[in-house]
Amino acid sequence: MLNIARKELKSMFASPMGWIILALLTFSFGTYYLNGVNNYFEVMSGSIRPAERVGVTQFVGQTVYGLASFIMLFAVPLLSMRLISEERRSQTLPFLFSAPLSISEIVLGKFLGLVIFLSILVVYIAVMLSTLNIWADIDFGYIFANSLGLLLLVSSFSALGLYFSSLTAQPIVAGILSFVALFVLMILDRFFAGDPTSTMLKFSLMRHFQSFAGGLMDTADLAYFGLFILTFLTLTIRRLDADRLRG
Amino acid sequence: MANLTVEAIELTRLYGGRAAVSDVTFNLQQGQVLGFLGPNGAGKSTTMKMLTGNLAPSAGSVKICGIDMMESPKEAKALIGYLPEMRPLYKEFTVDEYLTIAARLHNVSGKHLKKAVEHAKERCGLSHMSKRLIENLSNGYQQRVGIAQAIIHNPMVVILDEPTVGLDPIQIRDIRALIKEIGQAHSVIVSTHILPEVEMVCDHVQIIDKGKLVFNGGIDVLKQQRIGNKLLVGLRQPPSAEVLKTIAGVTEVELVDSMWRIRFAEGSQPHEAIVQAAVHHNWGLYHIAPDQTSLEDVFVQLTYHESVPVAEVAQAA
Repeated sequence: MLNIARKELKSMFASPMGWIILALLTFSFGTYYLNGVNNYFEVMSGSIRPAERVGVTQFVGQTVYGLASFIMLFAVPLLSMRLISEERRSQTLPFLFSAPLSISEIVLGKFLGLVIFLSILVVYIAVMLSTLNIWADIDFGYIFANSLGLLLLVSSFSALGLYFSSLTAQPIVAGILSFVALFVLMILDRFFAGDPTSTMLKFSLMRHFQSFAGGLMDTADLAYFGLFILTFLTLTIRRLDADRLRG
Repeated sequence: MANLTVEAIELTRLYGGRAAVSDVTFNLQQGQVLGFLGPNGAGKSTTMKMLTGNLAPSAGSVKICGIDMMESPKEAKALIGYLPEMRPLYKEFTVDEYLTIAARLHNVSGKHLKKAVEHAKERCGLSHMSKRLIENLSNGYQQRVGIAQAIIHNPMVVILDEPTVGLDPIQIRDIRALIKEIGQAHSVIVSTHILPEVEMVCDHVQIIDKGKLVFNGGIDVLKQQRIGNKLLVGLRQPPSAEVLKTIAGVTEVELVDSMWRIRFAEGSQPHEAIVQAAVHHNWGLYHIAPDQTSLEDVFVQLTYHESVPVAEVAQAA
């Protein structure tokens, strides 16, 4: 399982794709971080009443994590689309199937490989925000909750992307499908914003991320992400198993 | 029984009601090389996929060294090295990287990893290609990487689906030697449609047609069918067939492409008598050799044979 993860990481860094995405994301997060710090001084010097004053962690964190959750919507499908469909297209799946590995191990390994890659970014953001500690006394709990939330969010994206990748032999089709599916899941809470009691709201990925973004770790949200990931990984395993059974 | 490496028991695979492979049963012992022959679409690759656990059989079972593929696939797969028809190569990696991944996936431990990769490269003549990207290798070298991948963990059973496709004659010779070498200690299953190849490397042959085994036996049996009791004789001033028939032992004479095919009775040796008669009567003998039916003919006979009853059934209906 770890060997598959290792292989996936290696192949992500073997193509320019991995490096380009890393570089672009790092650049945009860095810019937002810088803007956040600059804005903080402008806004805070203007607000005198105590209710308007927020901590620097929350102020800058909000901008960066808000951007991160949005940008991952594009980045994850780009990375996940080739995981299985590329193997299907270049007929390399027999290589994995005839190795002494179960299909669950193959799928979990691939999932893990992508999540490890993405966690580089999550860790990077956390470290970047922690540098604020040099000048100010920051709220590490807030950063931790946000990082965990972001990690769970991108893991869910990856699980869904992996499933769509197992459906087709065309990476692009897989990429577009998973992007559309993720987009719908993200903005579900906007669609049903008029009715706060709607059950559809419960399915929105963004809504569950929101509580993490506020620095709150709710077991209900943890369970939601856990189940989401589990569901899509199981579907992927079943899809690949069907390959072996039906040929 | 202990050295039985592959047991296929009544393997059947249905694709939407149509049987691609039906009731294929065979055994393979350690140290044997099995040639798998058959026309296109006969079910060679399907059978191989089932043997390696890439495809679940509709009925029947596969045992590798006594381990059932259905019940404990991981243990069984660990004993197999498989090169599918389409080479499963990750083209973005170098040869070394790819073989290291292959070794890791097959549970080669860290200590032996380097040695296993070196050994596999050496055996397939890839040592000077270590740092090249697989994408940039020629077809033949890619094929060698595919074979290296299949033998890297020193498996008990090596299954190669058309391993010599796309290689030049020298490489083909190397690969054949390699197959023979592996076959001494382990078991090898090779599918091919190059018939002389089978004769050269295999000591066991199976011919499959329309999903059914039509021939299963030693290569000697096949060779015997080939040679038969026939002579091909070339004469410049040939006598009539009647005259030739009078030579002791000759049973049948026919004219083929200006040469005479002479059939003789089992056990008799009319060669000398023919030569003497030719000299005596000044027939101008310029060619005399045993007439071999080519392996192709045997192959056609065997695969054609099976289709006759089908035609008869169709007529009857």
